[in-house]
Parts: sequence; C-alpha cells; structure tokens
Amino acid sequence: MKIFNRLLILAVVLFQTTTVFAADAPKPVLNPGDTAWMLTSTALVLLMTIPGLALFYGGLVGKKNLVSTLSQSFMITAVVTITWYVCGYSLAFMDGAKGGFIGSTSRVLLKGIGIGDLNTTIPETVFFCYQLTFAIITVALICGSIVERISFKALFFFITIWSIVVYAPVAHMVWGNGYLNTLGVLDYAGGTVVHINSGIAALVLCLVLGKRKAKVKPHNVGYTMIGASLLWVGWFGFNAGSAVAANGNAGMAMLVTQLATAVAAATWMIIEWLTGENKPSLVGMCSGAVAGLVAITPASGFVGPSGAFFIGLAAGIVCYLTSAKLKNAIGYDDALDVFGVHCCGGILGAILTGVFAVKAIGGTAGALEGNVAQIKLQLIGVVLTLVYSGVMTYVVIKVVGLFTSIRATDAEEREGLDLAHHGETIA
Amino acid sequence: MKLVTAVVKPEQADNVKKALNKIGIQGLTMSDVKGYGRQKGHTEFYRGSEYEVAFLPKTKLEIATSSKKLKAVLEAIQKAAKTGNIGDGKIFVTSLTEVIRIRTGEKGEKAL
Repeated sequence: MKIFNRLLILAVVLFQTTTVFAADAPKPVLNPGDTAWMLTSTALVLLMTIPGLALFYGGLVGKKNLVSTLSQSFMITAVVTITWYVCGYSLAFMDGAKGGFIGSTSRVLLKGIGIGDLNTTIPETVFFCYQLTFAIITVALICGSIVERISFKALFFFITIWSIVVYAPVAHMVWGNGYLNTLGVLDYAGGTVVHINSGIAALVLCLVLGKRKAKVKPHNVGYTMIGASLLWVGWFGFNAGSAVAANGNAGMAMLVTQLATAVAAATWMIIEWLTGENKPSLVGMCSGAVAGLVAITPASGFVGPSGAFFIGLAAGIVCYLTSAKLKNAIGYDDALDVFGVHCCGGILGAILTGVFAVKAIGGTAGALEGNVAQIKLQLIGVVLTLVYSGVMTYVVIKVVGLFTSIRATDAEEREGLDLAHHGETIA
Repeated sequence: MKLVTAVVKPEQADNVKKALNKIGIQGLTMSDVKGYGRQKGHTEFYRGSEYEVAFLPKTKLEIATSSKKLKAVLEAIQKAAKTGNIGDGKIFVTSLTEVIRIRTGEKGEKAL
C-alpha cells in the first residue's frame, strides 16, 4: 500500500510539470525532523493568537471590554479555520497562473487531501495547519484598532469575507506562485502578508468606524505582559518555522528574531526613560518587543545578526514615533496601535530586508552587498499590499455596513461591550 | 462605644493591624478602596498618551471599640500609619449605638 502511495505521489509530481516541480526534480520525501519541528511551530503560532494576542490586547483595553476583546480573537480562530478549510487555503497556496493574483480551487474543502500528500518535506496536512495559524493571527491583529466600539456581528461578517478576499490573494501573491513571489519580493515570515496587510486594514477600519467616546487606560498591564511574552515565544514558530524545515536557516531565523526583539524592547524602554514620560513603562517594553518581532519577520530568513541588530534598533525608534507621536498628532483612534506597530513596523522590516539581506544566508543579496534593486522590489511589495488591502478592506466593511450596523450603539459603548454583546462581565 | 474608620496607605495597613493587636483590639474589618484627598490623583503615560488617575488605592480599616479604649486606638493608628508624606490618610470617629455578636447574641461592650 505504501509503495502504491509513493507511486501515486510520483505520478502527481510528474504531471505537474508546468508548475513548481520540474519534471526532473527529485521526488519529495518526508523528513521526520522537519515534520516534528513544523508540528511544534504550528502549535507555537496558534498560541500567539489564543491566548497570546488576546491577552496582549485584553490587558490594554478598559475593564468593561475585556471579555469582548478576548472573544474577538477566539471567534476569529474558529471562523478563519472554517474559511481556510472551505477555500482560503486552496486560493492561497494551490498554484494558479504563474505570476498571478490568486491560486486555484483544486483544494476547495480540502478535496482529496490524504496522509501521503507532501509539501516539500512535510505532510500537506501540517502545512495546511501551519499556514492556517498565520491567517488566524493576521485577522486577529486587525481587531486592535477597533476594540471597545465595533459591533461583534459586523466583525463576524467582516472577517469571514476578509479572510477570503484579502488574506488569501495577498498570501498567494507573496508565498504562492503569484505576482510578488515571481517578481522576487522577499518576505520570509509575513512582513507584508501578515503585518502590513493587517495594519493597513486596521487603519482603514478605525477611520470608517470613528473614535471611541472615551479613551480608557489599560486595565491590566499584567495581562499585556503575559500576552506579549506568549507572542515573543510563539514567534519562534512564526519565523524559525517559516524555514519549513529543521535546519540551519531555522536556527538563524530564531537567532535574529531574539536579537531584534530584545534590541527593540530595550530601545523603546530607553526612549521613554529619556524623554517626556521619564519612566520605563512595562507597556512600552512590551510594545517595543512586538515592534521588533514585526520588523524582523520579513527579514528573518535573509539577514544575519548585525542586520537584526539594526532592524531592532530602527523598529524601536520608528514604531515608538508612529504609535506615541504620529497617532496623537494626526488624531485617528487606532486604539491599540495596530497601524503604528504592525503596518509601520512591517514596512520598515520589508525595506530593511532589502538592505540587509545576506546572499550566504537566504540566497538573495541586499543593498549592502550591492543589490540595490532589491529595495525597489521590496517597495513594490509594500505598495501593492497597502493599496490592495486598504481598498478591499474599505469595500468589505462598506458591504457589511449595508446589512448591519458596524458600530456598537452609544449606550452599548458606555455600558461596555462585555455586557452589551456577550452578557458576561469579569467583576 | 465608637466606630473608628481609618483610611490609610495600603502599604501601612499591616503596621496598623499589628499596633492594634498590641493594645488588645480583637478584630477589625479591612477593605480595598479608592479615593482622593488633598493629594489628588496622579498621571499615567501609555504609548505617549496621558491618562489622569483621579482615585488612588487606599485601605479602609473599621474598628469598633469601647469609648475607654478610643484614645489608645487613635494613637496606635496615627503612629502606625504615619509616614509624614502627603497621602497618609484620615481617621473618622462615629458613635456606635449597638454591637451584637451573632453566634451568642451578646450585646454591647461584651460583644466587642
């Protein structure tokens, strides 16, 4: 039976001569080490959203919106799993026209997936789950800008549509055989797909939704620290897992992730310490760490330690300015700084990937090694993601708004969304 | 009989309890409360945004005592709660008309 399966795989591989596998490419073989690491990474990245991101956001909102904020991440985990199964995965990762916009429908409802199917050296089932956890956290990240006032019902419909019409094409263009990948844009673990994508969507949504009636200070900085720590740890699965192998690239990705994150956390802390506020806040350290994690994400498989150090430093400075200064100067109510940290950090990381990429590590040279053109490619990836995600987010929320009110009523907002939308409170 | 209500700094509450034990006070009620006096609140910063915190955490201690012991109680609380800094708190004294020990039904000073 095993022999039959292998023959079948070989036959499939041989038939796909026009796409990823060249006719003379070696037959993919399952690697137990890679598979074990990717099973682990999948668990780590799921942990980033529940409970990591949920607690990170939950601690930053007011007490009467904790249940609401936790519910958003949990609901998204459930719903995006379903949309990913129905068609998201197929549209993102099945080969469409080379250099195109969207994948194919060959794995809709996971048609035909079996235990013998491989993606490179790991089972396709594991690859499906691993990529699913990225789709989940991308969508969950958006919620940070719209907490304390979004209608839960509207959010439910919005993310159902968004995960298919925005996430899947962007993932396909960057990681499938789509346009940006074919062009040579570098995004190791999701600087464009996850962070710019969710960050610009968050900005558009908070502009459409309008400001909160009242800004409330974080109600539990402890939750925020626990959440940020789970994000930090989980990010090893996110970045080192993006090697889709247990090898030297995964090891280097882990190292640069740790280094950039630590530098960004320390940088943000020192800025707060030395400037207006005069005290190193825990929320500031956590924010700096997340900024570093975001900025190193696209670069993690392409840069070495010195690149990581500068990326972390830049992320700490730039994301502090965009979150603490730019937002207040312009006056949009991106409640938990999804745009300031994820979109701006993602753009910074994408561009700096083009600067610091080392040929000996990821196979592509950056500007410092003479390949200045890579920065231009990176910018194309940034702009395309900003425009596509920004415009489509606007369209999707407007469509949802035709059927249901997208904002909680004033009374619900005053009462707190915990009681108004979920009938539960924490005290 | 008197009811003494002392609102003190949370970090001084243990001191007060020990001092009251020393002079033979058998029981008290403690609650975490929030409030402000002349000290007013303070300001917190999160990611560059300023938040006014109007109410500060305090500990409220309620002690029922005989009128005879009142002076000793007040002195013990003042001594134990005082740091000399702003925000040390206040003591309120009110008359107490009745005390009943629920288990035995004892009333008045016997129930203290």
